[in-house]
Order: sequence, then C-alpha cells, then structure tokens
Amino acid sequence: MAEPMLELRNLRKNYGALVVTDDVSLAVNSGELHAVIGPNGAGKTTLIHQISGMLPSNSGKILFAGEDITQLSMPQRVAKGLARSFQITSILPGFSALENVSLAIQARSGSSFRFFGNAAQERALNEPAMDCLTHVGLSARAHIPAGLLSHGEKRQLELAIGLATEPKLLLLDEPLAGTGHDESQRVVETLRRLKGRLTIVLIEHDMEAVFSLADRVSVLVYGRLIATDTPERVRANPEVRAAYLGEEEMV
Amino acid sequence: MTELVETSSAPALSLGRRLEIVPIVLFAAFAAAPLLAMLSGAEGYVLSLLTRVMIFGIAAMSLDLILGYGALVSFGHAAFFGLGGYAVGILASHGIEEALIQVPVALAASALFALVTGAISLRTKGVYFIMITLAFGQMLYFLATSLAAYGGDDGMTLASRSLLAGSTALENDFALYGFCLLCLFGVYAFSRSLVVSRFGRVLRGTRENALRMEAIGFEPFRYQLTAYVISGMMAGLAGCLLANQAEFVSPAFMTWQRSGELIFMVVLGGLGSLHGAIIGAAAFLLLEEFLPEILHMTSFFLAEETRSHLAENWKMVFGPLLILIVLFVRGGIMGLLRRPRHG
Repeated sequence: MAEPMLELRNLRKNYGALVVTDDVSLAVNSGELHAVIGPNGAGKTTLIHQISGMLPSNSGKILFAGEDITQLSMPQRVAKGLARSFQITSILPGFSALENVSLAIQARSGSSFRFFGNAAQERALNEPAMDCLTHVGLSARAHIPAGLLSHGEKRQLELAIGLATEPKLLLLDEPLAGTGHDESQRVVETLRRLKGRLTIVLIEHDMEAVFSLADRVSVLVYGRLIATDTPERVRANPEVRAAYLGEEEMV
Repeated sequence: MTELVETSSAPALSLGRRLEIVPIVLFAAFAAAPLLAMLSGAEGYVLSLLTRVMIFGIAAMSLDLILGYGALVSFGHAAFFGLGGYAVGILASHGIEEALIQVPVALAASALFALVTGAISLRTKGVYFIMITLAFGQMLYFLATSLAAYGGDDGMTLASRSLLAGSTALENDFALYGFCLLCLFGVYAFSRSLVVSRFGRVLRGTRENALRMEAIGFEPFRYQLTAYVISGMMAGLAGCLLANQAEFVSPAFMTWQRSGELIFMVVLGGLGSLHGAIIGAAAFLLLEEFLPEILHMTSFFLAEETRSHLAENWKMVFGPLLILIVLFVRGGIMGLLRRPRHG
C-alpha cells in the first residue's frame, strides 16, 4: 500500500502536568475521510492545532506525504498542501466573500510582493476563487462582505477558502458547529462531493454526519486514541461505548 | 495651474467615483494655493505654512500606510523625520549639498533603521509594539542630542537649501513648494497603488485576521516588515523636505511628542484613506496656527481681557477640540465627508 498522506508518530502535548495529547499515533490514508470523535475536552482541537502547525508539539513526529513537517510553521505547511478550517469561524469580515477566497488563491499563485495593479480585479485570481465559491454554493453571495454572511454561509466560506489553497489534506474542525439543520445538510453534501478527491480529517460532534461520511473513525478520549476503525466496528466497540456513556447518544 | 486642475478632474468624474472628489479637490487646492498666496500679500508666510502642511502630510500618510492599513501603531515615527533631516544636515555640513545624494542617503538610512527596528518590534504585538517603537524613537532622539559635532541639543542651521542637480532652484520658496507638492503627489499615488495591490491586500488581510492569513499560507511578518520599511522611507523623505523648509535640523524633529502628533493627524483625518492623513495634517497644523486668532474673533462677546487670555491659552481649547472630534466623528474628518453621501 502507498504511504499514508498523514502520519502521526507518538505525538504528545502537555501543559505542565496536564497531558492534552498523549502518545497519539495515527495514519490517514490518501483519499480517505477520516473522522476524529471524542467527548468534550478530549483534545481534538489541540490535535488539529498540532497537525496544522498552530501549536508546537512536545515530542513525536508529524509526517505529511512521507515528509517530516514537525518543525515547519503553519504557512509552510499550507504551502505543502495542508489546509485547515477553524472551530470558531475565522474569516476576513471586511473583505467580500470572493476576496476571502481569492486571497487564498493569491497565496499560491506568484509573488505577493507586487506593489502595482489592482489585486481585486485580477481575473487569474478571481475566476478560480469564483469556482471554489460555486463549489460550496456561495457564488450568489460572492460580493457581500464576509462579515455580513449568515453563520452557515460563513462555515461554507471557510470551506471554500480551505479548498482554494489546493490542499492535499483538509483538516476540518467541527464544520457543522452552530449550524441549523438545512445549513448542516448543505455542508454535509459539500463534504460528500469532496470525498475521494482529497484527504480529509474531520472533527465533528454530529454523529449522524460522522457515521454517514467517514471511511474510518478514530476515537480520542483524554488525549489518548482508544480506537481507530471503520464506523460500524467503532460503533460496536465496548470501550468507545463506555467512554461515550452518558456523554452523547451513539447512532 | 488652473489648466492642471481641470485636466485632472475630468477623467475622475467620468469614472463616477464620488469619493475621488476629495483627493482631487485637495490636490487642486494645493496646486492653486501659490496663486492665492501671491494675492494675499503675505506670500512668504502662506507658502512656508502650506509647505509644512504638505511635508507633515507625507509623514502622516506614511504612518497611515502601516497604522490604517496594517494596524501597526508606530509610536516612533518621528525618528524617520529626524533621520531624513539629519541626513541632509550632516551631509551639508560636510559640503555635500546635492539633493540627489542627500535624499538617497536619507532613504537608505531610514530603510536600514526601519529594517532593524522593525524586525525586532514586529515580533511583539499590541501595546508592546507601541512601547518598543517608542523606545527606538527615543534612542535616536538621545543619539541626536549627543551629537556635539552637529549641534547636539541645539541642532544646526543649514547654510543653504539643498541643490537640485547642481542648481539652487530650491532657494526659491515657490520652487520648494512645487517640489514638496510633487513629492506629496508621488507618495500619495504610490501609496494608493500599494494598498490595492496584491501586497496591500495581504497587509489589509493581516490587519483583519492574522491567523486566517497564516492559515492560507502567508507569513504576515514579511509583509508587515516590508510595509514598515516603505513607510519609514516615506517619512525619511518628509524629514529631508522639512530640513530644507526650516533650513534647520534639531533633535526636536524626533521627540516622542512629534510621533504622537503624527498619530493624531492620522486619526483626526480618518484612518485608512491616505488623503485623510493629509487632511488631518492640514487640519492639525492650521488649527495650531490660527486657533488663537479664531478664539479671539469668536469671543467678541467677552471682556477684552478674557479674550486675550483665551487667545493666549489657546491650547486649552485645542486639546479638548481634538478629543471631541476623535470621540464624536467616527472615521475622522474623512468620516465626516463621507457621511452625507451615504445617508
């Protein structure tokens, strides 16, 4: 089998005596949608921060497409094809939706040390940006300041921004958080369309979405991986059931 | 002069961009002012005042570039003023009076100082950035006061204004005015281009959400540092011009109060519009100049003694007035100009 797209080797993160990520080893195969679930406070977001380069790790290694990226900064990792979204929506509120996305295109196409020429009118940036927006169903809202979009639209926009960086691997931190039923259906549909075209690591609380989308599921409890398997087997796993008992209802 | 005004306003009107009216009127006013100065009878006074306005306009605009578009509150921007001024003064005292040498030296010195101090300051954020830029500014200030060979505390008088390609044209007040106007326009045009360019968009994006910019692959530091260097060079140019206008340089060019005034001008005019900074500088300097007279005139209903006291202590009105404008006119003077059109 080909080498995994993402491999974590004995990854660890602690704040003093508090261990947030405890010896996590995980391999995400190329093209799969890998969900990471776990009760609140399990360290899921911390794990995403570590993989994306927002937080340094205390020990262990992160390999991306076979290359050790443990020491690289977040922008360097993005340049290698590792994009992420945030649990708390992170966009440029004063920029139009289109400009949010076309900035991500700009980051990948040519130097940004250009002092002349109106960037907002560069077709080479706007056209691919528009494609990304169309992909998530936001093209009609392209020229609206991102800060004025609805919450669900902002989540879609973040997805479009992530896609615009042309990632090999997309890290999604609770893309459904805070969205209504219709909005979350739309995000799930978008994810379903993306599935197979790129590797996705998905953190999500919505179990229905997780089990319908994921190829494999990893369960994180108190910073430790207790299971990694197909959705069916994870659902049947007694240890997982114990961890979730009283926490959330398994589907 | 009037021809210039007409030709420059025509294409902008056809573009139909209403807000462009403001910079066009502004530059037209600067272009027409020498004519009015001749008519006023006090042309030397009017010209020197407006030359100062334009020079401070350049410096305030350079600050707006990083403050308004990059949210970098530099509290040491007067240091570049000083660097530009002292480059002219020190070179002149060694017999090099050619502006074509002085200005590049001043720009290089400003760029180097901005590069070194920026590389350190930009590793900090928020109030620490303000404090560290202030510290670097003060460092340069005390360096200047200790330069005994170049006048120390007292500064030094220039024997003459800079030569321009060997000619003494700048000795003429009108020529210096024109040269400053040209610089102001050049800096403004470049800045306008910069803020909408790819580079400017990264800078503005970083102002809104640096984390998001990192998450799409930009290293904000590199862009902020470049902007800081460009801004420093512009302020350095303003320093060169100020030395020529005043025919004098002293450490007073770069006191921290001067840095504060620059910030005030930018906020007064309206952050992040560039021409707002020029308007802010003009408003600040003209108020400073004419407020005593205005106070004396408008307080006609008071006793003569009170009136003269009021005019004498005009700063008691100046301070609160500035604070009121900043408090109640969001977006500064530019915000005021913008409001009725949107309303």
